[in-house]
Amino acid sequence: MSVLCEETAVTARLLPDDAASGRLRDLAAHQQVFGAPAPAGALTSTAIVAMVEAAGLTGRGGAGFPMARKLKAVAAGGSPVVVANGAEGEPASSKDKVLLSLVPHLVLDGLQLACRAVGATEAYVYVHEGPLVAMMSSIISTRAALGIDPVTPKLVSAPARFISGQESAVVSRLDGGPALPMAVPPPVYLKGVHKSPTLVQNVETLAHLALLVRRGSGWFRSAGTEAEPGTMLCSVTGAVAHKGVVETPVGTSISAVLERAGGVDGDLQAVLVGGYHGAWLPGSAALDLPLSLAGLRPHGATPGAGVVVALSTRTCGLVETARVVDYLAAQSARQCGPCLNGLPAMAETLGRLARRDRTPGLVERVHQLAGLVERRGACHHPDGTVRFVRSALTVFAAEVDRHLAGGCTATDRAAVLPTPRTRGGAS
Amino acid sequence: MNQTLAVNWIACDGRGLCAELLPERITPDEWGFPVVDGHPMGPDLLPDARRAVAACPTLALRLAATGR
Amino acid sequence: MSTGSALWYLSRGTGVVSLVLLTVVIVLGVLTRGGRPLPGLPRFAVAGLHRNASLLAVAFLAVHIVTAVLDPYVTIGWLATLVPFVSKYQTAWIGLGALSLDLMLAAVVTSLLRQRIGRRVWRAIHLSVYASWPVALVHAFTLGPDIKTGALAWLGVGCVAATAGAVAWRVADDQQPSNISARNQQVRQDADRKEVMA
Repeated sequence: MSVLCEETAVTARLLPDDAASGRLRDLAAHQQVFGAPAPAGALTSTAIVAMVEAAGLTGRGGAGFPMARKLKAVAAGGSPVVVANGAEGEPASSKDKVLLSLVPHLVLDGLQLACRAVGATEAYVYVHEGPLVAMMSSIISTRAALGIDPVTPKLVSAPARFISGQESAVVSRLDGGPALPMAVPPPVYLKGVHKSPTLVQNVETLAHLALLVRRGSGWFRSAGTEAEPGTMLCSVTGAVAHKGVVETPVGTSISAVLERAGGVDGDLQAVLVGGYHGAWLPGSAALDLPLSLAGLRPHGATPGAGVVVALSTRTCGLVETARVVDYLAAQSARQCGPCLNGLPAMAETLGRLARRDRTPGLVERVHQLAGLVERRGACHHPDGTVRFVRSALTVFAAEVDRHLAGGCTATDRAAVLPTPRTRGGAS
Repeated sequence: MNQTLAVNWIACDGRGLCAELLPERITPDEWGFPVVDGHPMGPDLLPDARRAVAACPTLALRLAATGR
Repeated sequence: MSTGSALWYLSRGTGVVSLVLLTVVIVLGVLTRGGRPLPGLPRFAVAGLHRNASLLAVAFLAVHIVTAVLDPYVTIGWLATLVPFVSKYQTAWIGLGALSLDLMLAAVVTSLLRQRIGRRVWRAIHLSVYASWPVALVHAFTLGPDIKTGALAWLGVGCVAATAGAVAWRVADDQQPSNISARNQQVRQDADRKEVMA
């Protein structure tokens, strides 16, 4: 996945030009480009929280929760823990991998600030198993050897599964268990890692934190919208000329983001926004929509963790959706009956629709199953899948009718949405 | 202060004792798992709800107070 | 009939009833473990039967123990009823009775407090009740002279057969995924197999 850097400085915040080469992995180069962080004792936790609140920074992991509120909730408890969550389970998303590979020191600076803000003396960096582990391990050791981190984080890896990055799954894994979601109460900001208040923050959010403390909340707000300030990283893939990670102000139109990725390859049929728990938008309507909560919510979508997938008219949206739901069903933690039974049933029914099975009642069955799985599980995996499926049945309604009549408009059978195979069951 | 039924979906094994004891609010789905009406429990159903909570073999059902 | 022999008969009678009730409790527990239903009865009713039979067994046991201690013919002492192997009279066999009682009390008390102690602790202690039944059986067989012959012997054989039969059936049935939690296991295994083969 390549990094597409913007020429103007206003949006090249997290990923300036220098980053693409990888030279900012070197601490000296990092400090030369971004400036040195404030010394450990210089900022009080109240000061940091105030800056975050003034800046209006929200989580970049998908939920978009205001960071200041989270910081205050965790700081209120005793011996808090902070986790930098880089376990990007979304196959179509690569922004966290890119961020950690190119500007890891920015994330780790942010992690130190978050620790200071909540008064934590225990921190973790949580990533998927793979090449990032060795890289992060050496970067953390380098910083530890130089003594620049008041709290040296422990590096923990988890299997590369869709739900490994879910908040309670992270806590479960850090407590020595499997990376699987836990039953809901109590929330992790009250009782997380070994029952301590835990701040779980996406690595991109921490990178933004590192910069806004250096440059001020006013600077942070100079990009983005009034209600949703700052920039965000988008993983743009699908039918675009240059797939890659784009940094853009929140509220940029989808068409502008697609242009940054080299433009749409072919005629745009639909855009998937927010990942596999996100929603499809019809191509024509999508182009003018801003990538922001305010802009997308009225259309049943959210920016999520910044995934934007373009689907051209030559690909069948129904076939793509069916394949993704099959992947999502396999990614179920299989701890809860409705999800364990309902998602494979949904995948099977959608598969039949995709294969132009003309049995009556297939669409109704999908809707019935959707109603049976939503909100009946320990996590939101079934809910997100249902949102994805319902938006597909709406946006690709014409295609569904064509399939029920035995036809399909697709001319290109190549898979567009990535659905990686992972070995073994939930662990 | 209202009481509503909540299910711990990880503990729930779909055995169905709750649906037998509180059919007014709980029906089994096609796989045996409880579809729970989330509205607050009226005082007339509260004793049966408590019985259902106590009967669950895996302690998956609970009555939670929702301040409303 | 003297008070002494009346107490003795009462003790033996309630002892036999307790053993039969304990057999009923264990057979019900074994047959319905893992959520399997008994044909014809709703699940909550079977659970209720199991619970009430165990409470009834404890009640009969109480009479059995009190009358045995009060019986002037034998000196057992209150402590020996709860603490195994401290009785002067028939130390080993009375001791087994006390042991069986301890295990049963643990199972009953933890079941009544289930919602407070959580499932894992409850289950660990509840499984120990499997030991209390054979212990009670040996206690009965060694201390009751009439259990070795006649009607009571057949009753004893019946209890053993019922329990052994239930356990054997359970072990064989473990192969079929016909109850829900076993079905869920099967769905998980199928999903795993599908993923690995894909």
